[in-house]
This record gives sequence, structure tokens and C-alpha cells, in this order.
Amino acid sequence: MTRFILISCIVVCSIFSLLIGVKDISVFNILKLGQEEVMILFVSRIPRIISLIVAGVGMSISGMIMQQITLNKFVSPTTAGSLDAAKLGILIATILLPNTDSLYKMLFAFAFTVIASLIFMRFVNRIKKKSIIFVPLVGIMFGSVLSAISTFFAYKNNIVQNMETWLIGDFSSILKGNYELIYVSLPFVLITYLYANKFTVIGLGEDFSTSLGLNYNRIVALGLVCVSLTVSSIMITAGAIPFLGLIIPNIVSFIFGDNLKKTLPYTAMIGALFLILCDIISRLIIFPYEIPIGLTVGVIGGAIFLLLILKRGRYAT
Amino acid sequence: MPRKKIYILSAITSVIILAYLFTFTGTQLDYVLPRRGYKILAMLLISCCIATASIIFQTITANRILTPSIMGFESVYVLFQTILVFIYGDQTFQAISAETNFLLSVLMMIGFALLLYFLIFKKDKNSVYFLLLVGLIMGALFRSFTSFFQMLIDPNEFFVVQNSMFASFNNVNTKLLGISAIVLVVCLYLISRYISRLNVLSLGKEHAINLGINYNKLVKSNLIIIAIMVSISTALIGPITFLGILVANLSYEYLKTYKHTTLIIGGSLITCIAVIGGDYLVEHLFDMSTTISIVINFVGGLYFLYLLLKKDKPW
Amino acid sequence: MVSLKNISKSYGDKRILDDVSVDFPRGKITSLIGGNGTGKSTLLSIVSRLIPKDKGDVFIIDENITNLDSKELAKKLSILKQSNHSSIRLTIRELVCFGRFPYTRGKRLCNQDCRIVREAIEYMSLEEIQDSYIDELSGGQKQRAFLAMVIAQDTDYILLDEPLNNLDMKHSVQIMKILRKLAKDLNKTIIIIVHDINFASCYSDYIATVKNGKISHFGTTDEIIQTDVLKDVFDIDFEIMQVNGNKICLYFV
Repeated sequence: MTRFILISCIVVCSIFSLLIGVKDISVFNILKLGQEEVMILFVSRIPRIISLIVAGVGMSISGMIMQQITLNKFVSPTTAGSLDAAKLGILIATILLPNTDSLYKMLFAFAFTVIASLIFMRFVNRIKKKSIIFVPLVGIMFGSVLSAISTFFAYKNNIVQNMETWLIGDFSSILKGNYELIYVSLPFVLITYLYANKFTVIGLGEDFSTSLGLNYNRIVALGLVCVSLTVSSIMITAGAIPFLGLIIPNIVSFIFGDNLKKTLPYTAMIGALFLILCDIISRLIIFPYEIPIGLTVGVIGGAIFLLLILKRGRYAT
Repeated sequence: MPRKKIYILSAITSVIILAYLFTFTGTQLDYVLPRRGYKILAMLLISCCIATASIIFQTITANRILTPSIMGFESVYVLFQTILVFIYGDQTFQAISAETNFLLSVLMMIGFALLLYFLIFKKDKNSVYFLLLVGLIMGALFRSFTSFFQMLIDPNEFFVVQNSMFASFNNVNTKLLGISAIVLVVCLYLISRYISRLNVLSLGKEHAINLGINYNKLVKSNLIIIAIMVSISTALIGPITFLGILVANLSYEYLKTYKHTTLIIGGSLITCIAVIGGDYLVEHLFDMSTTISIVINFVGGLYFLYLLLKKDKPW
Repeated sequence: MVSLKNISKSYGDKRILDDVSVDFPRGKITSLIGGNGTGKSTLLSIVSRLIPKDKGDVFIIDENITNLDSKELAKKLSILKQSNHSSIRLTIRELVCFGRFPYTRGKRLCNQDCRIVREAIEYMSLEEIQDSYIDELSGGQKQRAFLAMVIAQDTDYILLDEPLNNLDMKHSVQIMKILRKLAKDLNKTIIIIVHDINFASCYSDYIATVKNGKISHFGTTDEIIQTDVLKDVFDIDFEIMQVNGNKICLYFV
């Protein structure tokens, strides 16, 4: 039932999203669209809604896996340095190979994200006993270190303003032909789904999962690779979407509990729905211009995260 | 032994200051010397602020990988500067004097910190980590706003913002040095009264309470002093996030003591060496192609990674 | 005498201590025993103002500790918790000197302070390693160093949360003997959490049992070390034997 409602919401919001924009397309004319309208739909608005859904699903599921692996509800691509690592990767690719295409940039981003995740995991394993809040704290610090390194190179190449702005999540330039890399994340979302049970067991700890006959390191590595590829493919097509991977799994676990197999579909759907809604807000608030969605999500998501830690922090410390 | 080490650090600092003042002078001595003198004063001042604030902060938070600037001070500052440029464009310097800007920035940062402390401590959530996380998230929110304004700023005017995004000693206003120095002295005096309690606090929260320390009061008053010192240094030269971690840890490594008097004096000297020496190198070796703050953040950042990965060291 | 009146404490919805009232007699060793997670540690932490209580009062002799300045309380009552991992560089002697902080408040130690520090170190037989750094010590040595600090604090009331943790049999016996000496010679009141029922039986004057956030039994060691009482507290069967005037509990089978 809940699933049905969620899917309907997504469909309704998607249709609404298809209809807004500078070029007016109305529901009533849907059967007698001119050539121009059809072209706008297929070249710009449909790709946009698809990438929104993929990004929403991908980011929230990535967050969920990271939280499962680290056993910490406050870990996500935003609070573990993954976004900043991907950014650094793309920057290095741009500087070293200025004329390269997106695929190579994505591979760079992927490599950096994997390395950053490994460093972060190593650190998390050593401070399990500390306060649950300490982990995201150091994760965010870690992120700012990576971004300080980015700034170092950006400043040298005189592209600070570019770097500050170009990697803010933004779906306005998504057009047929330049967004397809985002599909790279789909197989990994599928893998996540198939491995959901194993991630749940991993969440109980290394000793426990080993005694159940699971190869802890292999599953953790698989999870990190999935997360890194998803994050980098979204990063290269749409830019950074902060906080999504943090708040969606928290909201879901708050309502539906922590059994991954059961909650994954909800996480995916709510993630997509949240992102579509944020996109609509970003496009309407200063119509006919639009705010990059990274900022909208940053503000709304940051506020929600604050509420979450204010609520949960009491038990966490 | 710490006394001897302090002498060694003082000697190195003096040598670097002399080299900074009297080498590569060119011919116009009477122009170059006073300018460099002021710059050195500024660097001494912020070194003292940053080292003291970071060391005390790490004692209060019982760890060695956090720095007070992550609490959102710097994002408040950069947001404020960005908004100024957004409003006034390249007329910013004419529209608002350096003194007013300094005063407003400091007030805003301290106001932000007080608001944060008030919100967290009022709710009886006495965890310092909790305070930091909330500060960090607020900082991220401010950064989102900053990015938004930066997108709207004309690229030709962006350099004005870029100047305030990175710490620089080159255009420190001499009038502001005096007032900053006075505030710093007051802060240091207040801290000197807390020194022995801070030594006890480094044993840990529970031991400190057992030994009769009013933990909450000690933490709150020191957090306020830290906020003031960090605000002053940020408003004076700009954000320089990772310097604190770098020098605080170098002081622990080198001085090997828990005594805060030694740590603070030694730490300040180490910071001076890093900052003045770094600036000297940047100016004469790298030919100004980069700014000292970016180099320090880069080195400090790498050092942070090293601390994270170093084996068998609890933080 | 330390008296607790109607102490309650909850974390969220979880009730840890539920209306606890008990008097710990002066100049005696009282052991707190009970299963894991019953609230023993929380009780000690509340008595020593490490964590705030929700309800109730703690009195030392007749003074309510909420009215006492934290500095003054530190001269009357000391606590040592289980986890003492600290990474700071200081020697055993420096650590023990910190025990004098409530009296000196950071000023230089006077001759009397120095004498007390020296005695505390001797008490714990740490003379030979007093200049070693605490982060280089074994678990047992570290535990003894922190105990020496508490002894140097020279309070009439001493609360210890599982001081035998990390210690081998030899050092455990040594510590318990020292505690008995402190109570007997210097009239200290000692409240201690122990897990080994036989240490509680052999060395304490009184025993309080904690169950479900309440003091379920309180009495002299002789009154508590009874098969029916222990069965009620721990839910397992005990066999009690007399060995050289001490009661020894067998519960392994």
C-alpha cells in the first residue's frame, strides 16, 4: 500500500516536472503537441526526470550501504569525504587531461572515491568505541582536507570560481546525449539489492559475519566499489548532491526499521521523490531562472539533518 | 627539558624574523622595512591566536584531530564577505572601511558562536562533539549560501571574494593590529587563570570532575575565549583551517608534556616559524605564484591524513 | 556516612535507577554487587556528581552534595572509574601529584603535599617506576597508578568502579588488602563495585545488591552471603563454604 502511494507520488510529480519550464507545455495540449514541444520533451525534460530519479535512488542507496558498513547512522557520501574525493578526482583529470571526455573524468573520480573510502573505513574501524557523533565529525574534516587539496591545485590553475560552481548539483544542463553516463550506477543499485541480506549481516560486525561464513572484507569492498561508482557517475553528470544519502536512510529507518531487504525499495523511492520535489522547488522559486539543485538540497537537507541529530543525538552521545 | 626546547624554538624564530626583515631588501630600505615589520607583527599575533586556541580546543574536546575553525566561524566570515561583494561589487572597498568590516566580521562570528553554545548548552546536551557537529552542519549550510552568491557574482569581481577566501598577510590593516593585540592580551590573561585547570582536564572529563573542577563552566568559558581568538585571527587575515591541527600536534610531538604553559608558548613559536618561514619561502622561492594559506592548508591537510592513518595512536 | 535518598535516573525511556535509598556506613568497606547493566556504575557516578541525577538527594554526613561546591566535595570524596586510557605524556609521580589538586588548586605543592604523594606511591609500591610515563605501563601498573592518585587525594570517602579490572590475582589481592588497611587505619569509607563475589565476601564489611535499578538487599557481609539472597540477586544456585573464617561461594556448576 505504502509502495503504491509512493509510486503514485513519483508519477504525479514527474508529470508535473515535465510540464514546467520556460516553454509552456500544458496537460490539455498533450495530444496535439507541436514538433518543438515534442523535441523539448525528449531532448531535455525526459532525460532530466530520468537522471533525477536515478540520482535520487543512487545517492540514497549509497548512503544506506555506507551506514550499514560503518554501523553509524550519520555516515554518508557527504559526511565521509566521498563527494570531495570525487570532486578532487574530476579536478585532477581536468588539469592533467584538459580535453578528455567525461568517461575518463568519471574513472578518475571513481579511483579517488575508492581510495578515500578505504582511508575512511580504516579510520572508522579504529574508533568504533568513540561517540557515534565523532565519526561524521572526522568524516567532514576529512572532506574539507580533500577540498583544501583541490583548492591548492585549482588556485594554481586559476579556476577557483569554476571549481566552486561547476560541481554544485545542477540538472538544468542535462540534455539527451550528455547524461547517459548516469546509467552506470544502475547495475550497482541492482547488485545492492541482491546483496541486501549480506549487507545486513555485515552491519552486525566483522566477527559475527565471519562466523556466519561471510567474507567480511570482500563484501565491504564490494559495497565501497558500488558506492564509489554510483557517486562518481552522478557527480560527473549532475554534480554534488549533498545530504541526500544521509537523511533519506535515516528517515526510512525511523519509519520502517533496519532490515535492508525490506527497506531498500522505500529508500530508493523516497530518495527519488525527494530529489524530484527539490528540483521542482529550485525551478519555481525564481522562475523563469532556476537555482542549482545542489544548493536547494544543501539547504533543505542540511536543515533536516540538523533536526535529525537534535532528535537522535540525545541517545547517541 | 621543555625549557631548553623553548629556547631553541625562540632562537629559530628570531633567526627567521631577522632573515625575513633583512634579506632580499632591495634598495628602498625605508619603505621595505616598516612594511615587513607590520607584516611580522601580524604574523606573530595570529600565530599566538591560532596556536593557543587550537591547543586549548583539543584539550577540551579530548582529541587531536579537530580544530576550532571547523565550527563554522570561517563559513560565516566567507559568507559575509561574499555578500558584501555581491552587494557592492568592485566598489566594496570604498563602500565599507576595513575597520568597519573587521568589527562587523568579528561581531558576527562571535555572535554565531554564542548562539550556537546557547542553543546546545541550554538544551542540556553537554556533549562537546554534539556542539561541533551542529556547528559543522551550520557551516555547510552557510557554504551552500556562499556558493549561491558566488555563482551570481561577476567573474571580474570574483577576485575580491577570492582575496577574502584565502588567508593573506599582505594587506593587513595596521590600525587593526593594535586593537587585535589588546584583545589577544586580554584573552591570554584570562587563559593564564585557567592553565592549571586545563592541565587537570587533560586527564579526562571524569578525573577532572573528581578533582573538583567545574567542568561545564570551564568548557564554556574557554570555548568563548577560543571563539574570540579565532574570530580575530580570521577577520584579520582570512580563513586558514588546518594550521591549528598542524601546529598543535607538532607541539605535542616535540615538547612531550601535558603542561599548557609550555604547550602554548612552544606552540605559538612553532606557528610563527611555520607562518613566517612559509611566507618567506612563498615570496622568495615560489615567486608569489600561490598564497601562504593555501600552502599551509595543503600541508596541514596532508598532515591530518597522516594523523588519521598513523598506527597505534589514539586521538 | 553517605546516604542516598530516592535517587532516580533515566536515559530516554530507559529507567536505570528507580527510587534508590541506601545508607553506606562510615569507616567501612561496602561492596556493590549485581548483574551487568543493573545500574551499579550509574549509582556511583551520581554519588560522585559525574552525571546529573533526575531526582533525589545525596548526603555526606548531613550535607547535601548539591549544596557543596565541587572543589570542597573533591576534598571529601573521590571516585575512580573503570576506563582510564589517557594518551597524555605524564609520569606516575606527576599523575599522583594531580591528586593534590583540590588542595593546591594548581599552586606549587608544599612539603606536606609532597609527603602525601610520596606515601601514596609507597602504599601502591610504585616507588621504582614512579618516573615512568603512564602510557608505557601495563594495565595493572596503570590501575595502581590511578589508585595512588586517588589515595593522594586523601578523601574520607572513596568510590571505586571495578578497581580489580585488568589486574591479575596477585595484584587484586594486594589492592583489596590496601583498601582494608585504608578503612581500618585511616577510617576511610570505601564503596566498591566488584564482580568477583568472593572478593566481596572476604574483604567487605557490608554488601549492597543491585537489581533492576533498585537496591534489593543491604546488610553485613554475613547477612548477604546466603544462598537464598544470592539466588535472588543472580538467578543461579550458590554453594557456600566456610574456609578459614571466610565464606567462599561456589557457583561454577
